[in-house]
Formats: sequence, structure tokens, C-alpha cells
Amino acid sequence: MKVIIPSALRSYTERGEVEASGTTLAAVLADLDQRYPGIRFRMIDEQQQMRPHIRFFLDGEQLRELSRPLRASGELIIVQALSGG
Amino acid sequence: MMDNKEQTVMEAQHRSAGTADSRHLVLLVATRKGAWIYHGDPARDSWRVDGPHFLGHIISHLVLDPRDGRTLLAAAKTGHLGPTLFRSTDLGRSWKEAARPPAFAPASDSEGLPGRTVDHTFWLTPGHADEADVWYAGTSPQGLFRSDDGGLSWAPFSTINDDPQFRKWMGSAQDGTPDGPKLHSIIVDPRDSRHLYLAMSGGGVHESVDGGGSFKPLLDGLDVVEGFDRTDPTVHDPHCVRLCPSNPDRLYQQNHCGIYRLDRPSEEWLNIGTSMPPTVGNVGFPMVVHPRDADTAWVFPMDGTSVWPRTSPDGMPAVYATRDRGASWQRLDTGLPASQAWWTVKRQAMTADRLDPVGLYFGTSSGELWMSRDEGLRWQCIARHLPEIYAVEVAEAVDGMPGVEEATTIAIAKMSETGTISAATTAAEAADAATAA
Repeated sequence: MKVIIPSALRSYTERGEVEASGTTLAAVLADLDQRYPGIRFRMIDEQQQMRPHIRFFLDGEQLRELSRPLRASGELIIVQALSGG
Repeated sequence: MMDNKEQTVMEAQHRSAGTADSRHLVLLVATRKGAWIYHGDPARDSWRVDGPHFLGHIISHLVLDPRDGRTLLAAAKTGHLGPTLFRSTDLGRSWKEAARPPAFAPASDSEGLPGRTVDHTFWLTPGHADEADVWYAGTSPQGLFRSDDGGLSWAPFSTINDDPQFRKWMGSAQDGTPDGPKLHSIIVDPRDSRHLYLAMSGGGVHESVDGGGSFKPLLDGLDVVEGFDRTDPTVHDPHCVRLCPSNPDRLYQQNHCGIYRLDRPSEEWLNIGTSMPPTVGNVGFPMVVHPRDADTAWVFPMDGTSVWPRTSPDGMPAVYATRDRGASWQRLDTGLPASQAWWTVKRQAMTADRLDPVGLYFGTSSGELWMSRDEGLRWQCIARHLPEIYAVEVAEAVDGMPGVEEATTIAIAKMSETGTISAATTAAEAADAATAA
């Protein structure tokens, strides 16, 4: 599936749009980490929780669970919320 | 006169520094918005600026491996992403992210305790001179980690991260410092790799004599905030602990509640902050020790009255030095602003080199980098307008790393006798300045 990468994570992918596969959000992120080592830990912590400023959207709908099934034809958008100064 | 023990320690340090290489001083400056490396000339007169590295990242600590003089580790995070570590084996010419950054064990492995998440790595300590590639890391919240491969992969170290007693002593986020509770001041005895100290804010000072298999509190003699039980490590807040290289049986500590010295094998800290001027107080963050004279140490006091402004007392920053193991303190402020300077120096942001006379360096919360070539008698500003400085380390880096000089010549700060800075802003100007210097 197509995955849109936020600017803060493009040091891993070197582009804003990449491909990854998997039937759940967890599987897609695992595949992303295989392709771009280290990228998953910047988004998901060691207790398997989404980090506070990271959000995932599939075709406009926010995904709140890593176990959420995904359609291969969908477009996963990773959003890095901005805050702080 | 150096006794046999001191001689042995000095020789061990000399070996660990790898004297076969020609080296030069580097200042490693970690800030809230990235890292900078300042390469010094032999006289410590001019500093070649290399940076920013990781612009926009929060860099809590940048440390050079004294065992090879070229490997750097940087503890990094951004405001929006999880924490990580970067490693360079060419003095910052190129960086590689750690394959496995420090991360706590899953909740199911935590003795029934809630799982924790590393917010950031706060402190880095190279391992013993005889343990190549070993590093230790302290995190926020309090966690102790070790790498056996030069910083590429990290694992929880010892039992304390998930020990119920230590977890109780670590308290909650509300008990910690404003930007999170921290494990810091990881110290490896230069005589024995299995002898370790660490400190936690909050959580107290602890010692291991079995290579981290177990730690026990080392709190006798330390004050706590009035009304609390000083036997409870939870309420202890050591800001910075340092071991004297010339006498590893002596430790100094800047604490939330004063300045202390510990001479082993005693387990009782002696309050040496009572001889500080009452108008200045004995609160601060950094603690710096002399590389060859265990009776000499430096602190940087801050205002710890009323609501704890954590600024220089009365807006008049000064370093205080003791030459008699804390019996007396002397104010050292020549060259520093005489008034209206409301910054302070964080616990990792002050350090000493090993030259004679010793050079002292500190970075301020307002982004200024200061140095003294004469053990604090006179101060000069090396750099201004940096982001808030979190850590300053001085180290001896190998000369002639391929590509480093060409890639990093951005500007040279050249200090005048009056302490003013002239800065070249282009590579050409920098080259001219280097020639003139």
C-alpha cells in the first residue's frame, strides 16, 4: 500500500511516499521498519503505544489501534502533529 | 607529590587516551536545537566551529570515546518522535543511528509493575578503559542501559529498571525534575570496571561493587528538603556527582540541598557547602573536579531561594572554586558579566580539560559558551547565540580525520585578550583567520 511519510521521518525514507505491505497497521509498520530500520521506534514506543505526536490515517479515518485491519488498496498517511517551540 | 595510587590512575588514563595518536581538544556542545563541535588549537586560543549537527533535534549529551578519540555518541530526540542515539566513528563527519536505542522491557517483564517508556537518553558514560566498546546510558525516566558494541545496540542493564524497590525510590514523574526524572552521573571506577556509581533525580546516589549485579544507596550525611525522611532515597536529589581522577576514593556532589564530599571507604557524605557565602548559597547543577588535584573542585551556584528561579544569584554569574576539599570557596568571576545576567549552567554543561593549567568550560541556558585557560581566574566567551545549552564536554580527539576539516570549516571564533569574539562567517574567511592565527 501507499504510505505518506511526514517530513520528520524522511531522513529514513528519503522521500515522502513509499510502499509497504501488511494486513494490519502493526504489520505495515513492521514492514516499514524492515525497509527503513529504526523508523518504527520513532513512532511506536516499547510498550507498543503510539507516541503522543504521531497519528495514522487510512483514507481519512484515524487509526487508533495497531491491530486495525487495513485494505491493501488504501493509502496510509502518517501525521506528525506539531507542538512546542 | 603524587603517591603510587595516583600514579597508577594517571597512567591508566594516559593509556586510555591513546597517546600514540596526535590529538587536539574538542568541545562537544549539546543543545535544545542540535549539537556543535568546536575544534581547538593547541593554545586554546581559537576554535573551529563545526555545526549544527541534527538541527532541530534535542541533544541531551554528546560524548567522545576517550579510548579511540574519534567515536562520538549523541543522545537525541525531537519534539515529535521517539528518542534515539546516533553514532559517528569519524568525529561527526557522518552519523549512523543506533540499531537498538535504549528501551525499557515490555510491561509483562516488569515484575508486575507498569511498563515504562524512555522519553530521552539523558546521560552517556564510556565504559572502563579495558572494556572497549562498552558504554552506559542513563535515561528519563530513570533507567540504566548498557551497550557492548560501541553504542549500536542497547539493553537494560542490572536489575534496577524493574526492581520493585528501585521503582518505588524512583517515584513518579511528579517527583522528578521539571523536564522529567533522570538517571545520571554514571561513574566507572578507573581501577575496577565492576565498581560503579549512579545518581537519580530523584532517587539518590547508589553504588555497585559487583559489576551492576546489585546497587545499594549511598546517602548518609545528605540533607533533604525539610520535613522529609532522609533515609528514603525517593526524596534525595543529587544534581551531579563526580569522581576525582587523581584519587578515585574521593567523590564530590552538587546536590539540591548543598555541596558534599565523600572519601571512601567512608559512606558518609560531608557537607562542604556550608562555607559558601550565604548570599550566594550552595545550590547549583554542575560539579567539576580537577584532573590532577583531588582537593580542587568547581561549582556554579544558582538561585535556589523562594520559587527557585534557577538563575545566577542576583544576576551576577560566578564560578566558585575550592582548593582545600571544600573547607573554603573562592569567587571566580573576572570576565563574566557583572550584572543583569540571568542565566545558569545545567548539570552536564560544565567541564574541565586535562591541560596545565586546567581549562574550564561551561555553556549557559542562554546559549553562550565560556572558557577559562587558567583554572577559572579569567573567563572569555567563545560563542553566543546558540540554543539553550544542555551539555558541554571537552575531549581529546585524534588529528587528521579524513574530510572532517574540509567539511566542517564554517567559522572560527578567535578570542582577544579582552574576551571579545571575532567570528569569520565563510569558509574563506575562516581559512584566512586560521592563517592569521
